[in-house]
Amino acid sequence: MACIEARGLRKTFGTTIALDGVSLRVEEGRILGLIGPNGAGKTTALNAILGLTPYQGELRVLGRDPSTERERLMRDVCFIADVAVLPRWMRVSQALDYMAGVHPRFDRTKAEGFLAKTDIRRASKVRELSKGMVTQLHLALVMAIDAKLLVLDEPTLGLDILYRKQFYDSLLNDYFDRSRTIVVTTHQVEDVQHVLTDLMFIHRGRIVLDCSMEEFESRYLEVIVNPESVATGRALKPMHERQVLGRCILLFDRVDRQQLTALGDVRTPSIADLFVAVMGNQAGQARGN
Amino acid sequence: MNTQSNAMPESFQTQSVAPAALSATRPLYWSVRRELWENRSIYIVPLAVATAALFSFSISIIAGIWETSLRLDPARPQAPFDIAAGLMMATGIIVSVFYSVDALHGERRDRSILFWKSLPVSDLITVLAKASIPLVILPLLTVAITVAMQGIMLLVSSAVLLASGQSVAMLWTKLSFVQMWLLLLYHVLTAHALWPAPIYCWLLLVSGWARRAAFLWAALPLLAIAGVEKITFHTSHFAALVGRRFIGDVPAIASTGPDMFPTDPMTHITPGHFLGSPGLWVGLAVATAFLAAAVRLRRYREPI
Repeated sequence: MACIEARGLRKTFGTTIALDGVSLRVEEGRILGLIGPNGAGKTTALNAILGLTPYQGELRVLGRDPSTERERLMRDVCFIADVAVLPRWMRVSQALDYMAGVHPRFDRTKAEGFLAKTDIRRASKVRELSKGMVTQLHLALVMAIDAKLLVLDEPTLGLDILYRKQFYDSLLNDYFDRSRTIVVTTHQVEDVQHVLTDLMFIHRGRIVLDCSMEEFESRYLEVIVNPESVATGRALKPMHERQVLGRCILLFDRVDRQQLTALGDVRTPSIADLFVAVMGNQAGQARGN
Repeated sequence: MNTQSNAMPESFQTQSVAPAALSATRPLYWSVRRELWENRSIYIVPLAVATAALFSFSISIIAGIWETSLRLDPARPQAPFDIAAGLMMATGIIVSVFYSVDALHGERRDRSILFWKSLPVSDLITVLAKASIPLVILPLLTVAITVAMQGIMLLVSSAVLLASGQSVAMLWTKLSFVQMWLLLLYHVLTAHALWPAPIYCWLLLVSGWARRAAFLWAALPLLAIAGVEKITFHTSHFAALVGRRFIGDVPAIASTGPDMFPTDPMTHITPGHFLGSPGLWVGLAVATAFLAAAVRLRRYREPI
């Protein structure tokens, strides 16, 4: 059974189309990055998955319909929607009490163990904690839940590099165990490049790229082209071209590595570079239409 | 060895049955607790009013003011106790109104609704927990604080009377406190919880719907209906209806004594009459409809 399965997901706000027939399938044990520009439909897609918004089309999360079974689903699904959602009046001890009270799969000892590694005091209120500490607290609460699916919507927004690195490190080391599934959206793609197992680009409510990271690494290659080989390189039809410090960098999709080695230094592109290339082509197509 | 292996599956069974039985009440219990954590005014305001009233009562009795009034009206030694009870009931109504109008609005305003919704607590449980504050928690709290307050008042006045060499017999024999407290409990549960339930549920519904100024949105339709009725038919039945619901003025609850106060010992309660009155059931049906709408509305509500 796939963890998430969507077919022809549609959602409109007035005349704005937020989701334009999204179909996707996320298998168990994957870490999927859902990357897209602002307003691409990422949050809408996640809200549909979490049963927070009505939609058209077919959607199954862990075999359940999120629009009618949110309460049951939330025993197996957790989410961090934004850094600011923990109620500001709540004390850390109250958060622990409450979670232990309502969540059948919450392990209080585990949460206290995670908190012991931070500077967060039990008597503090959420409003007294720094932004980074609120995220640490939320992550400690969520990681102590024995859930099957974890959804993170911009979990590290507004945090400094140290907190961001720590966030993904503890997620990988203390939480992820290959039977769980994680879906994350973020603009800080460099943070998640080595965390993800799957990658999806979403643009104007449509999935424009869907591949595993192994596929990503074998399929896309970036070449820092020697000046004399630029014309040869362009003849191989790169999907994107950019200039950095006077050097020409070409990005290829499904071109033989041997062939490219002759042109210059070959390397795997960053997700950010591929994102710019794919979005640039999308915009070009839109203009062409 | 054998007994151990036999005991194992049994303990597993009880473990799996217990969470299922608890699954409905536990989230409700914790949801009510979190309302009390978040809205500490629910108990702080009544406690503050009670403390202030006790303080002024003690001052006045020590100054001998009440003593004079006792001499002036020996037929009504309960007067200060009635004032205390009335004050607590009025406080309960005010706190209930302010709580209800913010209950489903605050969690959207501070975006914490996304956190609450990430937990396995249904919208029904959440709305019921919020409705229980004005309909159950605050009425019971009002009675409890009033009882404690009148108990202290009784002790203070006895002490002052004894100290000044007067008899406390009238205070202790003329007033039947247990009867007064039972009447108070009955009055608060009927007149301040069951009867005005549609008002509080209406406020909850509007607090879940309005993006801002929930109080205004709650009051405007009522004013509009009353205004239209006044202009069209030159009557004010609707305004009177809402007003009586609000202050808990309903003759079916009891036939009050000459004192007109609900805890007057001459009061004859008529619970059968109250439970048989169509007004109660129509009100409860309307309240249920408002709550159902609030639950439905919360399903897809987002932060504002």
